[in-house]
Amino acid sequence: MGLLSDPSRRKVLTGLLTRLNTPICIVCYLAGIVWFMGLAFEPFTLRTYMSENAMGSTMVEERFSSGERALSLAKEFDAHKRKAGGMPVEWLVKAMQSRGLEVFTQSFSRKLPFPDENKERYMVRGTNVYGILRAPRAPRTEALVITAPCSPGNTNNQAVALLLALAQYFRNQIYWAKDIIFLVNEHDLIGTQAWLEGYHHTNITGMEYSPLQGRAGSIQAALSLELSSDVITSLDLVLEGLNGQLPNLDLANLFYAFCQKLGVLCTIQGKLQRNDWDTAEGYTHAAQTMMLMVLKQACGRSWGDHGLFLRYHIEAASVRGINSFRHYKTDATTIGRLLEGMVRKLNNLLERLHQSYFFYLLPSLSRFVSIGYYMPAFGLLAVILLLRALDLWVHLGAPALAPSCHCFSVSLQPSSPGVLTVLTPVVISHLTGVALYLLPVHLQEMAVEHFPVSETEAVVLTAIAIYTAGLALPHNTQRYTHRLILMQFILRYMFTLLKLTALLYLAVLLGCTALINFSLGFILAVTLVPITASITPHMPKALYALVMVLLSPAFTILYCVFIYQELIEAPVSVSEGWMLFLSVISQGILDHALYGSLVYPLLALFIYPCWLMFWNILFWN
Amino acid sequence: FRLSSLIGHISTCPSLIGQCCQRHPGSVDEFQEELVIRPLHSGDIYASFQFRTLWDTDFLQEGQKVSHYRLFPKSLGQVLSKFSVRELHISFTQGFWRTMQWGQPFIPSPPGAELWVWFHDTVSDVDGNWKELTNVLSGIFCASLNFIDLTNTVQPSASFKPLGLGNATDHRFLRYATLPREIVCTENLTPWKKLLPCGSKAGLAVLLKSEKLFHSSFHSQAVHIRPVCQDEQCTSKAWELRQTLNVVFDLYTAGQGKKEWSLFKMFSRTLTEACPLATSSKVYVDITDNPELFELSPATPLLSQAVVLGDRRTYSVFDLTRAETFGQLRSLNLLLRWKGDGGEMLRPLLHAERYVAGFGLQTGEIHTVIYNNHPYRAFPVLLMDSVPWYLQLYIHTLTVTSKSRDNKPSYIHYQPAKDRHRPHLLEMLIQLPPHSMTEVTVQFERALLKWTEYTPDPNHGFYVGSSVVSALVPSMVAMNTNFTQDQPLFSSFVPVKEESSYFVRVYTEPLLVNLPTPDFSMPYNVICLTCTVVAVGYGSFYNLLTRTFQVDEPSLPLAKRLANLIRRIRGVPLLT
Repeated sequence: MGLLSDPSRRKVLTGLLTRLNTPICIVCYLAGIVWFMGLAFEPFTLRTYMSENAMGSTMVEERFSSGERALSLAKEFDAHKRKAGGMPVEWLVKAMQSRGLEVFTQSFSRKLPFPDENKERYMVRGTNVYGILRAPRAPRTEALVITAPCSPGNTNNQAVALLLALAQYFRNQIYWAKDIIFLVNEHDLIGTQAWLEGYHHTNITGMEYSPLQGRAGSIQAALSLELSSDVITSLDLVLEGLNGQLPNLDLANLFYAFCQKLGVLCTIQGKLQRNDWDTAEGYTHAAQTMMLMVLKQACGRSWGDHGLFLRYHIEAASVRGINSFRHYKTDATTIGRLLEGMVRKLNNLLERLHQSYFFYLLPSLSRFVSIGYYMPAFGLLAVILLLRALDLWVHLGAPALAPSCHCFSVSLQPSSPGVLTVLTPVVISHLTGVALYLLPVHLQEMAVEHFPVSETEAVVLTAIAIYTAGLALPHNTQRYTHRLILMQFILRYMFTLLKLTALLYLAVLLGCTALINFSLGFILAVTLVPITASITPHMPKALYALVMVLLSPAFTILYCVFIYQELIEAPVSVSEGWMLFLSVISQGILDHALYGSLVYPLLALFIYPCWLMFWNILFWN
Repeated sequence: FRLSSLIGHISTCPSLIGQCCQRHPGSVDEFQEELVIRPLHSGDIYASFQFRTLWDTDFLQEGQKVSHYRLFPKSLGQVLSKFSVRELHISFTQGFWRTMQWGQPFIPSPPGAELWVWFHDTVSDVDGNWKELTNVLSGIFCASLNFIDLTNTVQPSASFKPLGLGNATDHRFLRYATLPREIVCTENLTPWKKLLPCGSKAGLAVLLKSEKLFHSSFHSQAVHIRPVCQDEQCTSKAWELRQTLNVVFDLYTAGQGKKEWSLFKMFSRTLTEACPLATSSKVYVDITDNPELFELSPATPLLSQAVVLGDRRTYSVFDLTRAETFGQLRSLNLLLRWKGDGGEMLRPLLHAERYVAGFGLQTGEIHTVIYNNHPYRAFPVLLMDSVPWYLQLYIHTLTVTSKSRDNKPSYIHYQPAKDRHRPHLLEMLIQLPPHSMTEVTVQFERALLKWTEYTPDPNHGFYVGSSVVSALVPSMVAMNTNFTQDQPLFSSFVPVKEESSYFVRVYTEPLLVNLPTPDFSMPYNVICLTCTVVAVGYGSFYNLLTRTFQVDEPSLPLAKRLANLIRRIRGVPLLT
């Protein structure tokens, strides 16, 4: 690395980097976007393959045959559900007991921070019922979970019934090496969360629940089943979990392998696979599937009951039955066989699922993009921030070396109060972030008193109000700094220093985010990097203020809402989009409070303050 | 507290053993065999075999060399004398005893292998003897007992007292170890059967066919060797070898829809004769719940009552030494037909379970929950926990709570672990309030192992052996303290000292814990490569950011410097 130690060569190199900084940055940005879009192109992706030996080569014969019985059970369950006006706990306990399971119940209650208008719930009280099939001659150290949510209305009856039918069939088999837990949870994710917290005896979200009586050791994998019709046309696999966590890719491979074996149409993101990768339509289709995955992963919420298991290092996926207008139908027996095969292969596991990838994107079920392929796309965007920072660093150092600037000694003297002045905007932006994080939920009562809005609206509108109010802050800090330092060159020095800090801060933030949740990091980088890299106080204020606002985190969410709706082929008008945007914000806050999703605190406490620092720079005088 | 009484209780009163071992005059050795069949509430069926061989010799007497073996297996006899073993208990179990569904077993055992040995107090190098003994037993039973070493051996101070003669209390001569991961299968059953005088050729042992025994919910086989009194006055000692085999058959998987059991269905054999070497050979069927739950055929007029585990039970007895037992078909095939509808959970008086709480790979918490379901009696229990060193217990976080109140143990024996040398040992005497749930929690941190210490890649995780709860549980009926010859074997293993209580040992489930494990495959190379690149790149960038480089002027040669000196004096410009 003599290249950097040798002063003359180093001078050449830094000179090159500063001179060509802007073109390099533009090239990097475009390359990053192109790289990302190229990920969906089939020749650039890898074919999925089963890494786990225990699941790959072992033969499993599916013999489940009581699909019809499951459907009649679904009717019975439906009748009891109607009679009980919710979860028919007693009936379920009896049904599981008669199938030879050890049955336990868990009651839980949770008061939401504010009413959830999507699901119309505020005070949630419910009961989970679960039965444990004890594996013969196994010491209760390992378990698999099959869960079916007991949803209101007449959805998901078939899932619960199929669960019971599978329990009955499984109970008569001798080959189980792991205990199997059949869980019927009420209030979908809240019930799952209560059960998982009870099982692991933790309390991270302030849920109230009764302790669990029966356990079965460490859970190796979980499958969540959602099924609302007697026959289905395709099965959809849902992988995205809380905070963008994904289960091991082998679980997806397993599902795909059994769909192939049993001839069931399978989709991911609701999109069937196409074989014409070399046509424009084929590529667009794959790109859309991948974009949907990226959007779903980025929003950090759990897209099915499985998502909450991932926190506990339990590989989990949701299987969702879809009944559309295709001619090709699959009956309950085949779905039962598919699940039987999957559970039996999971039962064969000799180790935790770890062989395959945990970080991947799926342009289709048979193709995947691993972390090694998609990370460069983000790296190309992140390197722009570092290049700009290097440029600024060189500029900061340059006057010190140049003999023309006689005032260098003067500028060094106030540098210690100067660093403190840089701190002022940093602290103020972060305090705004803290306000954005804390106030919406805590001020809802006051807001409801003074304005004619509901609690949910109050929370969302308060959040938007604080977000907008944050934009007014730079004037305050600017006046404050004016009084302290008067000399123009020091001001220049200060803004450069602030921008350098902000750039490095953003680079670190995005880098860490992308490591945990690539999609979120990438989407934020795409919108934040161009404007933050180019912003200086010497630009036309009004125009650039507009551009900055349009590329701010809140607008990113808005665009994502529209793109998502476009991709799922349910485009919305502007006003509908706006309503969706509001509900997305309230759901984000709820997800954080209920399940510990980290996207809302990340945006409020870090990304938004960081963006405010750049806003400050724009209005620096 | 009642520690001394509890500990004293587990050890034996010599006179009792004397009574139970009255023997026929003239015979030197004696062999008894017994099978107990107990229909369980859940619809499953529990079969418990016990084979007892008595031998009136004393291996440990000085100068006496034993070379003649009749019924007692020579392989074990030699081991006993070579290693000066006073008492030996070894069990191999596949599965977990479901106390909530099946009640208490006659002789409990933890999942996997368990071995505990009392050495004679003349042994000087106990650890050396222990190591050799485990290796020898490993060979005899075809098991991985050679994996027992100092890192999983403990010396419990109170939980495991000798069950035979003598009142040894110095736990320096006791070694206890479990292997929770041990898989028990046919290769362990065959050597176990070979220890029987009749092998599996005759007697009850013909039923022990592995294809059926391992098609069950629970399988446990054990060998217990201990010294007992030879006669009532206890003038001389005898060695008792008890081989037990417990198996639970599952109604659902084996029943094929029909709710009935028969010897043939359970074992794919019927009984035709007793072992000719046996002095007694009996089959007991628990008919206490008859005829509400099931009906038994053929009926037998012979009934026997016994008080077992705090409960008075009635048994039908089939004596295989009598020809009329086999009837005209010359074979005995017991048949049980279920009438009742089981499935309800039981509430055993003492019950314990254990689990790991928390998530993530850094810390965790072990919860042990002990239930006292007695409606009005409190009783003390001894809890013993042996935790491997790689779970670093934070013993200051130890809490014991009953009915949401702090419950201070009256006796705590804690031996901290030494990394790679010795496990944690925690023994506590806890008073359980009536009708309560007592929760013992302790936090731990998962250790980072050295890279050679990780198990091979396909591993489930790291196992932590069961904790052991030993207690004297208040009995509902008066226990029988007066042993007679007729006493069936299953009720005479643990001697009873008082009428009001009986001894129970409950094992919790083993734990499966994941330790932070690097992925030893490809990513390892990637990490190495990345680290190298980062290190090299980092070094130069660090240089670039922190140091300023200046071109160092080369110093002038000596002649020039001298010339400059002169020039300076002369006041002319200097050379460069």
